[in-house]
Amino acid sequence: MRTPLGRVRGLGSAKDGTEHFWHQRITALANVPLTIFFVLLILILAGQDYQTVAATLSSPAIAILLLLAILSVVTHMKLGMQVIIEDYVHTESTKMLLVIANTFFCVIVGLSAAFAVLKLAFGG
Amino acid sequence: MVMSIVHRITGAGLYFGMALLAWWLIAAASGPAYFDYVNGLFGSIVGQIILFGFTWALIHHMLGGLRHFVWDLGHGFALKTANAMAWATVIGSVALTILLWIIAYATM
Repeated sequence: MRTPLGRVRGLGSAKDGTEHFWHQRITALANVPLTIFFVLLILILAGQDYQTVAATLSSPAIAILLLLAILSVVTHMKLGMQVIIEDYVHTESTKMLLVIANTFFCVIVGLSAAFAVLKLAFGG
Repeated sequence: MVMSIVHRITGAGLYFGMALLAWWLIAAASGPAYFDYVNGLFGSIVGQIILFGFTWALIHHMLGGLRHFVWDLGHGFALKTANAMAWATVIGSVALTILLWIIAYATM
């Protein structure tokens, strides 16, 4: 029943094909090393005073890795929570509101965290 | 079945935990006074319990994710293998979480 054009586009009934699934896996893969980096960073910073923490977070390599982690984790979070909402909420209006709220939450958390890292990196 | 729902529950927990992480970063960017205040909250008993739970959820979700990668690549579908991977996720996540916290307290 599929038209040749539909088959070429490969978008299916959800209209965005396998993109959601694929981005979920790509960010999952990226999250593995980025999260290990983050856990090690916290291990090093646990119990340190403000000066040490601020100086460590403002180093370029650490700031860049943190920004990458924030981007990857927030994207992964947004996709994952969307799947949970779509699986368990079946009232169309509620589902739509929750999916939008999910996007807002993830963008706010992500941009706030990124802003904090950039502020530290560019000199407190 | 149980592992699948635990993967979702840990994922949802980490989702809200990320807001705490963002808060900690904002505290660090806000200056010493506010940073010490927030660090004090995370250092309290309730804060430490939440962070311990966050650590376990993170490791459990990561090991669960690696299990999904094995399946995505077309391996590990035999019942015996799937069960072994499930147990490795549970035991590994608890063991690694405790190990990380021992290291954290020992080096603080």
